[in-house]
Amino acid sequence: MSGREMTGAAIVLKALKDQGVDTIFGYPGGAVLPIYDEIFKQEGIRHILVRHEQGAVHAAEGYARSTGKPGVVLVTSGPGATNAVTGLLDALMDSIPLVCLTGQVPTSLIGNDAFQEADTVGITRPCTKHNWLVQSADNLARTIHEAFYVATNGRPGPVVVDIPKDVQFATGTYVGPGQAGHKTYKPQVKAPTDVIAEAVAMMGAAKKPIFYTGGGVINAGPKASQLLRQFVEMTNYPVTSTLMGLGAYPASGDNWLGMLGMHGTYEANNTMHDADLIICVGARFDDRVTGRVDAFAPDAKKIHIDIDASSINKNIFVDLPVIGDCAHVLEDMIRVWRSKSVQTDKPALETWWRQINTWRARKCLDYKKSEKTIKPQYAIERLYELTKDRDTYITTEVGQHQMWAAQHFHFEEPNHWMTSGGLGTMGYGLPAAVGVQLAHPDALVIDIAGEASIQMMTQEMSTAIQFRLPVNVFILNNEYMGMVRQWQDLLHGGRYSQSYSEALPDFVKLAEAYGAKGIRVSDPADLDEAILEMINSPVPVIFDCLVDKKENCYPMIPSGAAHNEMILGDDQDGAEITEEGKMLV
Amino acid sequence: MEEILEERHTLAVLVDNEAGVLARVIGLFSGRGYNIESLTVAAVDQAAHMSRITVVTNGTPMVIQQIRAQLERLVPVHKVVDLTLQAPSVEREMALIKVACSGEKRVEALRLSDAFRARVIDTTHTSFVFEVTGAPSKLNAFISLMRPLGLVDVSRTGVVAIARGPEAM
Ligand SMILES: Cc1ncc(C[n+]2csc(CCOP(=O)(O)OP(=O)(O)O)c2C)c(N)n1
Ligand SMILES: [Mg+2]
Repeated sequence: MSGREMTGAAIVLKALKDQGVDTIFGYPGGAVLPIYDEIFKQEGIRHILVRHEQGAVHAAEGYARSTGKPGVVLVTSGPGATNAVTGLLDALMDSIPLVCLTGQVPTSLIGNDAFQEADTVGITRPCTKHNWLVQSADNLARTIHEAFYVATNGRPGPVVVDIPKDVQFATGTYVGPGQAGHKTYKPQVKAPTDVIAEAVAMMGAAKKPIFYTGGGVINAGPKASQLLRQFVEMTNYPVTSTLMGLGAYPASGDNWLGMLGMHGTYEANNTMHDADLIICVGARFDDRVTGRVDAFAPDAKKIHIDIDASSINKNIFVDLPVIGDCAHVLEDMIRVWRSKSVQTDKPALETWWRQINTWRARKCLDYKKSEKTIKPQYAIERLYELTKDRDTYITTEVGQHQMWAAQHFHFEEPNHWMTSGGLGTMGYGLPAAVGVQLAHPDALVIDIAGEASIQMMTQEMSTAIQFRLPVNVFILNNEYMGMVRQWQDLLHGGRYSQSYSEALPDFVKLAEAYGAKGIRVSDPADLDEAILEMINSPVPVIFDCLVDKKENCYPMIPSGAAHNEMILGDDQDGAEITEEGKMLV
Repeated sequence: MEEILEERHTLAVLVDNEAGVLARVIGLFSGRGYNIESLTVAAVDQAAHMSRITVVTNGTPMVIQQIRAQLERLVPVHKVVDLTLQAPSVEREMALIKVACSGEKRVEALRLSDAFRARVIDTTHTSFVFEVTGAPSKLNAFISLMRPLGLVDVSRTGVVAIARGPEAM
């Protein structure tokens, strides 16, 4: 037993190793020095020193989303913990499993406004799935194992373990993961058989069905994507996805309608609107997807598969809730479908597809090409064409470039697309790319960025240089906070209040200052060659792609409008934006 | 559109008796804009470290269902029962009520307290403290009757509730 006695700091490292952790993203400080000392003394776990704690969390998110494993973060007390908050909420909104360890002032000083004290469990309570303040070294190992269990089971999410400095120094007993679990938290992964049977019966009877899939399919692991593809092929039903679910069904698949929602395709949104059955798999009917809720898919029955019961009937009332893990539920549904030899209504489906194909024929993602300026859509198209044969991972910042990336870059596999969907955090993309590249050293990793967003986390370029991570930042530089400007066009009479990107840095020189490579292009004729130069560069690249400054992102469902009231382009009026619509974000 | 009416529901919530659990529950209500009409909490099983929270809330049926699902999602929550849906159940609240009065009013206060089965648990020449137990509506009625007689202070426990019959929650 005596071999299991060790300091709290040693317990932390041992617990992480026993959990199979190979990478920690972190930043040191007074309240975590004992843990950093243990990191110094060992070799099994590499520590990635970021340049800002928010970057550590986004990097861990990129690592987690691209591998399916939990990301691990280590930060100090006070400002270290508060800097991590944005990343934690980002991970909570997008259901990313993270374990964030924070240092805390010694237990004797808690509550005394000690130097670098923050009420970390209080501040992070609404930004995490759960959190703990560890009061004794004997509880430390058990708590860390429990933290991994909670982060990765059920609907995944971030957790925080706050560890006072005296607990790191104190001696305690180490216990292994053992039958790691939690005495009460035991999420339901399989749905009851009668519910599965009813879902299958509803599907068989549908005349105008659609699969509406989301990030839950990705989170349920590669098997869930496999099963989704199989089910789509068996039924020949059309499939759309949220921003978070891209890649679960391949963009090259015959039944793919593109993304749905505010900047989704005409065909996806109209198919949703006219459907008589929506099979929602791991998505949550959020406001970016539904548009006006009282006009959302008025004639559709809805089946909602979700591991989180609180996602059901939150925004949209559904006819059949199926609570369980997407992979388990899809597997059971396919099995029942087969054993009952369910037949689809082929003539009805044929009519349905004919209708869908007329919507597809609108070619809603088309844009006016130009020989003089680089259209942002064109830049993404070329980026896709020139990288599609490589193992490419895309991260993004937030804005128009993010939506153009979702529309014009086509994803064939899950876990290859990381974007901040729920929180919409500018600054996410570069650190996330760092995390992805660490997990996939030989892959091509590109952050599709805007010139405004990238300035929120540019410092992580230094991390990329230090760890020799050849990440690429592909900036669609329109000299505007384009998405803000687009809304100002739409809602505020074109008064561009504070949305011009004034005093921009010279991104090429900035790249060089970090020791990276800088590339600038403004002529469409030079684009391909420059992209090739970027993807073949052994060092990180900042690519300053000067694009059309005035381009707006379409199609668009204006806020407060319904799915069948899309605006397709600048020259086309869509639905009038109501006063109520203006209130929405 | 047809207006969806709000309903009052009483929820019983069994939780691990650990630091921060009450903050989690209250934070959930304030963060998501749910109403709390009353909330009570106390340890109910020392050996198993469990507490029971009784929340009275109101909202549309969809919101009530959300509240329940959101509570169930909290890691230290064992079980949530909607006692209003799972009727029949009994609800009780206790109040301590201080009334300062003299003469005729004093007699009247005592007479009314008798009708409400309130107990006098403290008295001076110029005041009473009554202890009264019952449904919240009974307490409200008693308090409003005491107001003109010299009501000075009210302390209420909030509602506790339990299902009828032999089963545990
Ligand atoms: C941290 C943060 N602050 C503010 C916003 C609001 N916001 C959304 S998009 C956007 C503009 C982004 O500009 P840019 O990065 O240049 O992208 P573009 O839309 O031009 O492609 C802003 C300010 C946000 N999403 N995140
Ligand atoms: Mg921009």
